Amino acid sequence: MKDVMKPENEAELSEMVRAAAGPLSLRGGGTRGLAYGSGAVLETGGVAGIRLYEPGALTLVAGAGTPLDEVESVLAGERQRLAFEVPDMRAALGRDGISTLGGVAAMNASGPRRVQAGAARDHMIGLRFVDGMGTVVKSGGRVMKNVTGLDLVKLLAGSQGTLGVITEVAFKVQAIPETEVTLQAEVGRAAGLALLRQALGSPFEVSGAACGSFGAVLRIEGMAASVRYRAAALKALLGGDWAEIDGSALWAGIRDGGALGAGALWRVSVKPTEAERVVAALTGVQHEATFDWGGGLIWIAVQGRADGGAALIRGAVAGVGHATLVRGPAGVPVFQPEAAGVAALSTALRAKFDPRGILNAGIFDQGAFG
Amino acid sequence: MDMPQPDQAILASRDTVLSRLRAVLPADAVISDPAETRAYECDALTAYRCAPLAVVLPRSTAEVSAVLRTCSALGVKVVPRGSGTSLAGGAFPTADCVVLGVARMNAVIETDYENRYIKVQTGRTNLAVTGAVEADGWFYAPDPSSQLACAIAGNIAMNSGGAHCLKYGVTTNNLLGVTLVLMSGEVVEIGGPWSDAPGLDLLGVICGSEGQLGVVTEATLRILPKPEGARPVLMGFAANEVAGACVADIIKAGLLPVAIEFMDRPCIRACEAFAHAGYPDCEALLIIEVEGSPAEIDAQLARIKEIAQRHNPVAYRESGSEEESKKIWLGRKSAFGAMGQIADYMCLDGTIPVSELPYVLRRIGEMSAAVGLSVANVFHAGDGNMHPLILYNANKPGDLELCETLGADILKLCVEVGGCLTGEHGVGVEKRDLMTVQFSPADLEAQLRVKDVFDPGWLLNPAKVFPLEATASRRAG
Repeated sequence: MKDVMKPENEAELSEMVRAAAGPLSLRGGGTRGLAYGSGAVLETGGVAGIRLYEPGALTLVAGAGTPLDEVESVLAGERQRLAFEVPDMRAALGRDGISTLGGVAAMNASGPRRVQAGAARDHMIGLRFVDGMGTVVKSGGRVMKNVTGLDLVKLLAGSQGTLGVITEVAFKVQAIPETEVTLQAEVGRAAGLALLRQALGSPFEVSGAACGSFGAVLRIEGMAASVRYRAAALKALLGGDWAEIDGSALWAGIRDGGALGAGALWRVSVKPTEAERVVAALTGVQHEATFDWGGGLIWIAVQGRADGGAALIRGAVAGVGHATLVRGPAGVPVFQPEAAGVAALSTALRAKFDPRGILNAGIFDQGAFG
Repeated sequence: MDMPQPDQAILASRDTVLSRLRAVLPADAVISDPAETRAYECDALTAYRCAPLAVVLPRSTAEVSAVLRTCSALGVKVVPRGSGTSLAGGAFPTADCVVLGVARMNAVIETDYENRYIKVQTGRTNLAVTGAVEADGWFYAPDPSSQLACAIAGNIAMNSGGAHCLKYGVTTNNLLGVTLVLMSGEVVEIGGPWSDAPGLDLLGVICGSEGQLGVVTEATLRILPKPEGARPVLMGFAANEVAGACVADIIKAGLLPVAIEFMDRPCIRACEAFAHAGYPDCEALLIIEVEGSPAEIDAQLARIKEIAQRHNPVAYRESGSEEESKKIWLGRKSAFGAMGQIADYMCLDGTIPVSELPYVLRRIGEMSAAVGLSVANVFHAGDGNMHPLILYNANKPGDLELCETLGADILKLCVEVGGCLTGEHGVGVEKRDLMTVQFSPADLEAQLRVKDVFDPGWLLNPAKVFPLEATASRRAG
């Protein structure tokens, strides 16, 4: 069994990184990150606790190891939530464990509401991290509007632990709306995607727009009178037959990997009007797909291909988006290769923040999900 | 304010620099006549002026690249400039620099409603972006108050906000992709009309980087369908604390107005005298605007009124018409003009946690009395972004210095209570030397390392954002 280091606070964590003799695999709760490579595991679960919560200022600051469940339940006590709808990837990845805020931040984990509310990174207003030399750095703060200095918060969001170990995150939170309704229509893929785009182009503030085996679904949230009004307005705009349903289970499935079956699982970000063409590249290959974000995100499960469908999907998405292998065959690169100029900047940034190359080393090049 | 001594060798080689620039640009794109370069000696931080060595006004990404490659080879510093509306001196030149203005690059490259984006050259003004899509029922959300004049390039550099960012977010939340030209001349495409990055979120650190990392020549921006309607309500309160508590209750209740603006008594009086908007004479005034269909607006305002009444407002006026809406906004929108009538002023931009509002306003009052300079407060209450306006007399010896000292003390207070130096204007030269109040040497070093990667020669927008002391060795390199 690998060594597991479990610092109890930021100072201990910083010391462990400084003293590290070799690569470190960073781990929050182990529910969503990449499979761990070589070296000792550094677990952030001990660097936990809600440090500040001001419901009237929509602000929450907590240690990176704080369980997501704990944060969500404290927020729910004030009828608030994290607006970006964090995916729970445990079932899709066959993991157990407890999701932590640090993992959410390091993965920029965002769900269906991204179309309206933005991604995790858009709600991260400050953080503290320990760089690859063990130095504690802070960026941003606890206020919503802050342009003081370079925005390292965004740079660290989604950096997969490669620039530093996140130790504390400040989030902007959101009030839970009074009510919500989901509209569902039995339509095929092409018609469904067109309806989603039309809905997102209306002023009726859709907070979820997906289609798949369940047809097309649109979510509307807000004050009761407003939700009623917008549901009616959308039905009139889009035409056809829309049922009003309780969509909570459906949206959870879409959020957590598209509610698809077995096979290599892809998360594809794409220009929405290109979504259908990307999936069409898999004609003749056994696959299923769920479209979220109005077509801007495609979850695809592919069976029977040695590369998990990588060549076909990456080829089709080049120039209009990028594809990440969330679950699939070993040896297939997880991330879409970056253009040379971008890759050079990213590599140089990693070398600056982690000169010894010990933090989740090589994850962007060779990383693989287990 | 200190600036580094200009590089004498560069000043001496001015003719070479100009001829090399003329070799790669059309004749009318290089400005060297001192009478003309004077127009670029400052931005909206007019207290400081310095004419640059030359000004270039390229028309394309290729021309920007040629300028940067040329300057890079000659070791000449470059100050990027949008429309020159920075209040922080973000486009303030040095005598040995070339100002690179993007004003001639103002085309719409692509409009795509199905995918909800517009791609523009970054010299286009903020309002002209909305102007390009408005007739079709769309808009670009960030709305800095200089939006008629300010360029998207500057909005990206400063991560600009605006009154409506409470609901729609600031520039970074509405920026999908950029064409970035590095100081080396290399052109890099980052992001596009899709979500997230496959690797590091470079777009996130470029937005708000104040021209330190590269020159953004093209931008892909999120556009949104226009709401069906909007309506403001104005309410007055007997004390700042009460208005602050009312704001917190509205936010806690889960209401999401598009704007919550706050004015204190000195500001109310000045605006009223200037604009005659019919504002009540009270301690604190809130303007709250909500959006939606008429029925949705009615429902939201009913809820807001119910909350406001718990705080015993001394005035409450809901707009009943387009004309009344305009009148409610009139005073607020003319706040800066009203102050300009009374005196010279310095506009601060710190952000504080909204819970600290009463304390901070009280302290500002005490500090203002102690130095004998008036301060009027107007700010975006929903997000704690304050704009204290310090009134002074530019013609009175010592007054500007006194004003700057008071300004620095107010910003230190913002940081002390858990806030920051700047919420939407940027650091520029203005707050450069206060950065150590908010950041430790290690925090700053991490930011400098990012600059090292993008601009290893430290030639882009010199002597801004970071304290001079912290960057001395790098700038000398």
